[in-house]
Amino acid sequence: MRTLVYLIIGIVFGITMFKSEAASWFRIYEMFKFESFHMYGIIGSALVLGIIVVQGIKRLRVKSFYGEDISFCPKNKSVARYLIGGIFFGLGWALAGACPGPMFTLIGAGFLPMLVVIVAALLGTYIYGLLRDKLPH
Amino acid sequence: MDWIFEPWPWYVSGPMIAFIMFLLIMVGKSFGMSSNLRTMCTICGAGNKAEFFKFDWKSQKWNLVVVLGAIIGGFIASNYLSNDAMVAINPNTVEDLKSLGFESAGSAYLPTELFDFAVFSDIKGLLVLVVGGFLVGFGARYAGGCTSGHAISGLSDLQLPSLIAVVGFFLGGLIMIHLIFPLIF
Repeated sequence: MRTLVYLIIGIVFGITMFKSEAASWFRIYEMFKFESFHMYGIIGSALVLGIIVVQGIKRLRVKSFYGEDISFCPKNKSVARYLIGGIFFGLGWALAGACPGPMFTLIGAGFLPMLVVIVAALLGTYIYGLLRDKLPH
Repeated sequence: MDWIFEPWPWYVSGPMIAFIMFLLIMVGKSFGMSSNLRTMCTICGAGNKAEFFKFDWKSQKWNLVVVLGAIIGGFIASNYLSNDAMVAINPNTVEDLKSLGFESAGSAYLPTELFDFAVFSDIKGLLVLVVGGFLVGFGARYAGGCTSGHAISGLSDLQLPSLIAVVGFFLGGLIMIHLIFPLIF
């Protein structure tokens, strides 16, 4: 039953990524050129509502649909890993024009060369795992 | 209901993303896509090579189901919810992309120069996909999250680390488009 819920949430997510054009390489390029409000509007409005939702859940101690406590785990404090890692991610995001959600959505939409991007992303994740102790965090 | 077949405006799409995050929180999970790449590495046996991949991947099965849904969602959206999936970007951006060799700009969903089958016989195009994908995977894990985990979930929780990561995402993107694109295209 819970599995079905995750599947439906994923389907809604995939449809939203495709229909919003957030999964379009062109929209990512246009965003970094500052030539459209579209992507900023999407991220900005998701964020404003997201902040209200998360802060509301925290302040009002809202329970999950299953009656369990909801916990948010704070991220470790650091600058180096987030900034350096973030820059690597941004370089790839602009080049491949897809982040880790839309990559999969685009496979479903029939763009099979995206499989190359996914395999390469798995390789990148694997190499990070190997080098992790040697990288500044 | 005709609007559903048109591209969704930002004021529909953004709230939908917040709603998806809300649903995941309310079922006791969180919104973050790139951790699935780590889970997939573990399933492929990466735990034998690096400590980072030694964890109980079954605890992340729910997120793999979300990914499966995201694939199905892409299929549904492109086949049943779109009349014509071309992306109407800014005419200036179209001109600009055409001058870089992206003739499909303004008349396709993704550049055919990179995402048509012909790319499999185009070394440069393949290299763009491989390097781009590699950087996304490497960078997302290094930064501990991607657009969903940091820019949406982390910032909604007012996490300073996520703000630093998002600044990094944009710095990287701007460097790629403004400094590196003119060199490679």
